[in-house]
Amino acid sequence: MELKPPWAIERHLLVKAEDETDPRYGYRPEERPLDEYLRLGVVNLDKPPGPTSHEVTTWVKRLLGVSKAGHGGTLGAPW
Amino acid sequence: MSRGNPRVTGVLPVALESAAKALMAVLNAGKEYVAVMKLHGDVPKSRVKEVMSEFVGPIYQVPPVRASVKRRLRTRTIYELEVLEIEGRLVLFRVACEAGTYVRKLCVDIGRALGCGAHMQELRRTRVGSLSEDWAITLHELSEAVYLWHEEGNEKAIRRAVVPMERMLSFLPKIIIRDSAVDAICHGAQLAAPGVLKLDSSIKAGDMVLIMTLKGEAVALAEALVSSKEMLAMRKGLVARTLRVLMKPGTYPKMWSSREEVVKGP
Repeated sequence: MELKPPWAIERHLLVKAEDETDPRYGYRPEERPLDEYLRLGVVNLDKPPGPTSHEVTTWVKRLLGVSKAGHGGTLGAPW
Repeated sequence: MSRGNPRVTGVLPVALESAAKALMAVLNAGKEYVAVMKLHGDVPKSRVKEVMSEFVGPIYQVPPVRASVKRRLRTRTIYELEVLEIEGRLVLFRVACEAGTYVRKLCVDIGRALGCGAHMQELRRTRVGSLSEDWAITLHELSEAVYLWHEEGNEKAIRRAVVPMERMLSFLPKIIIRDSAVDAICHGAQLAAPGVLKLDSSIKAGDMVLIMTLKGEAVALAEALVSSKEMLAMRKGLVARTLRVLMKPGTYPKMWSSREEVVKGP
């Protein structure tokens, strides 16, 4: 059996039906107005050694002045 | 550090405000690490490589004593395990593994298999799902971008430092739906076959999928109820169960009717 990490799996799109999208609603993600862009944004952070994931997340939150921030997958737990 | 913890650095996805809802997908995402393992005895390089190659595939792990999950034997998959360098008793290696794999434990188990014992000395996470080390930014770089934005009104830097949550979710197989199906999903409805326009190949029933608009916006995380093949052929019926709504209801017009009219603000 060939083992591939999930990110290396090649996928292609299958078309079931064709339709168009109405430009009056929503935005292409990179074209969102800045406040919405940040509200739906993620920082791919290179965590430094020392502070905990939680501490680093709080710094990012303050730095960007957003009301909330969460991190995915604690890095640096003592095991 | 005072407890003698190994140095741990690398990719940490930090999701802002509403994007935090998407983090549940990241917990299940595959990870990649580069680690330094210290052997407790002298072992020929060839034997280290040979023994380590046996750890590729499904392995058994008991979560460590201090872990936050129940300590019972569980299986985790090691996708790739590559020895990068061996110098004396230090082994530098790269490992691509399933979510929930303990690399520290892996080092101890490799040490046991070698007979000499070993422990993890340093760990760097180089990937979480679609977020990789090569474009991760430091806190310093982030604060520079914030400075340019606040002091000079330059949005460009901040738009480079922060990426849309869709970028974090691109490792998931996706289903692209009609505009007319979007708002129902935003209200927690399940996805029915007529709403589907395009879908990734290789979706299996039970897989986590990302429901998206034609503009590339994330609508919701969902669990596929059928395979890609079936989804493609179905004319009616449910194809995915919504797990987590990511888009604010009302972003797209309401095109669906319910028996009880939902009362919504402006």
